[in-house]
Amino acid sequence: MSGGTSRERVLGRVRRALADVPRYERPHDHLVPRDYRLAHGTRTPAEAAALLAANLTDYRAVVHRTEAAGLPALVARLLGRRGARRVVVPPGLPDDCLAKELLAAAAVEVVGDSPALTARALDGVDSVVTGCALAIAETGTVVLDAGPGQGRRALTLVPDHHVCVVRVPDQVVDSVPQALARLAPHRPLTWISGPSATSDIELDRVEGVHGPRTLEVVLVEGSGPR
Amino acid sequence: MSRTYVGMPAFPRAAAQATGDATLRANLRRATHTIRARRAQAVAELTDWEELRAAAAAIKDRTLRHLDHYLTRLEENVTRAGGTVHWAADADEANRIVTGLVRATGESEVVKVKSMTTQETGLNTALEKAGIRAYETDLAELIVQLADDLPSHILVPAIHRGRGEIRDIFRDRMGDWGRPAPEGLTDRPADLAEAARLHLREKFLAAKVGISGANFLVAETGTAVVVESEGNGRMCLTLPETLISVVGIEKVVPAWRDLEVFLQLLPRSSTAERMNPYTSLWTGTTDDDGPRAFHLVLLDNGRTDALADHVGRQALRCIRCSACLNVCPVYERAGGHAYGSPYPGPIGAILTPQLRGPASALEESLPFASTLCGACYEVCPVAIDIPEVLLHLRERVAEGGEVTVRGVRTRVRPAKRRSVERAAMGAAGWTFDHPWALRRAQRLAGRARRLRPRRLPGPLGAWTDSRELPEVPAESFRDWWSRTRGNAG
Repeated sequence: MSGGTSRERVLGRVRRALADVPRYERPHDHLVPRDYRLAHGTRTPAEAAALLAANLTDYRAVVHRTEAAGLPALVARLLGRRGARRVVVPPGLPDDCLAKELLAAAAVEVVGDSPALTARALDGVDSVVTGCALAIAETGTVVLDAGPGQGRRALTLVPDHHVCVVRVPDQVVDSVPQALARLAPHRPLTWISGPSATSDIELDRVEGVHGPRTLEVVLVEGSGPR
Repeated sequence: MSRTYVGMPAFPRAAAQATGDATLRANLRRATHTIRARRAQAVAELTDWEELRAAAAAIKDRTLRHLDHYLTRLEENVTRAGGTVHWAADADEANRIVTGLVRATGESEVVKVKSMTTQETGLNTALEKAGIRAYETDLAELIVQLADDLPSHILVPAIHRGRGEIRDIFRDRMGDWGRPAPEGLTDRPADLAEAARLHLREKFLAAKVGISGANFLVAETGTAVVVESEGNGRMCLTLPETLISVVGIEKVVPAWRDLEVFLQLLPRSSTAERMNPYTSLWTGTTDDDGPRAFHLVLLDNGRTDALADHVGRQALRCIRCSACLNVCPVYERAGGHAYGSPYPGPIGAILTPQLRGPASALEESLPFASTLCGACYEVCPVAIDIPEVLLHLRERVAEGGEVTVRGVRTRVRPAKRRSVERAAMGAAGWTFDHPWALRRAQRLAGRARRLRPRRLPGPLGAWTDSRELPEVPAESFRDWWSRTRGNAG
């Protein structure tokens, strides 16, 4: 917008710099060999879930597995063990009844999301419980797209404890290429592979800097109530 | 307050100082060797690494060959998604645009995610002059900022500092910038990370303006991508009301699908991870989620000059993974500061002279800061033939030739004969002083002997004009000796 002349200047320089590119060449005339794999190996859904769990664990996320019916009790137990008092849950949390059951099962205050919940207010929240858009087995990644049950990006960023529920097998893909094909570019996306970490001090990996220092991923088998 | 790279001495002198610093060398050696081994392991997990690499190089080349097309598409799609695109021909213009945008918000403090482009433009100094304080939030950048130091590595800017030094910097300097370090701070990395968390928390929660770079921009969708580990990136990209991203024009990729290549190559090449802890992707602005205003500043600052060079152009494929630094014998000994720019190591040796033009002795000496061992090319995830570009740039320093400076084609005159010889002899002397480098150089020469030129490139050409180059033996004397101990014919 600003600097209309700079725009023309930069684009003019680009065009002059590319004088050697034949005028008839269209972008797709320059071929891109896509001989790489769309997934590394073939797996059964159970194997994909196991690989996801292993890779998440490798990067210091804590992985739990449960049947759909056991989900509320498990999440309540995780919050209890953590000593969480205030928990934020985005609207449409994984299974409609989970938030209610959670209220009953855990002695926690469930905070709903609202514009009044500023970053500073979120800083006073102990834990956040969300679903996800999908999870990638080969890299040990959960992807949030701000859809139902995930909420705004700030919700999963400011609290120090994130419990993320993944439905197995339908939310698990094998690979990065498969994940991108299923995600909508216009949504704000956050890819999470383990808790926040740094290797800035002597390249020694330390988990937990600014993002949630504890990431717990719950793999729920069977579709369960949605 | 913030230092700059301006007026740095030429590479040989700066390197000589650094190699004399035993602590620095030990820190660098330990760090680069650790990451080297881990990277090799992460890469070996993917059986199609070479295919990914070939695709990445081709995607970047397609983009570069049609950069005007992709930049205008990007602009269109960012604008459609609610963002505002600005164009900056050089560093000063980028800094002016950003300063103006921050002023318009009425704020006098900003939080920053680690960004190579704003290092390159010297944004923090420009903001400081305008009375705006920029807080670096990446742990290593924080260390560098608190110590009034300069980054020395693309990925780990404070790689030259040990944990004890970092503890002292935190203890002595955090109080000047905000919340002081906790009493009795130890030098355990976990405690140091905790101190950084506490120190920056208040800044994140109060921040109204965030400044970032981006690893990728997708032309087809207008999406920006930031890859990080600590969560400081998410904080800066999500919590402020205004987000300003300063990004080099070469960071654009054509399509959404292209990310499937780069999001596999980058984490494994840089931090040796299957995937880095956090990757944020955003397209313009989103109602009720994240910043209400998004400004994208597209930066040229010499990139189109590099684009005009048919051989040097490939340097613009770089995705700033820093794998080439970690394998480079020269970087390991000289350290990042000797390269006199935010881009150290082999990539810096070919990028800095092209971005800045043949401005000073530093830019002229950088193409000679290499033994041409080829390790950088082998690890590069976008297959930049760094040795090829180094030779090309050396030849231009020595013999002169065409170069584009700020969009204007000019001829550079040959460097004085003596200075070139000195640089070349300096490199040779270094190689002979370092037996393993010599070994490697000899093996490489042995392998490449069929490609032996009749005429040496650059200033040495005059020597071969009247002489035949000697045959390169299939095996070096050293290799022959260690194999046979002189017992075999």
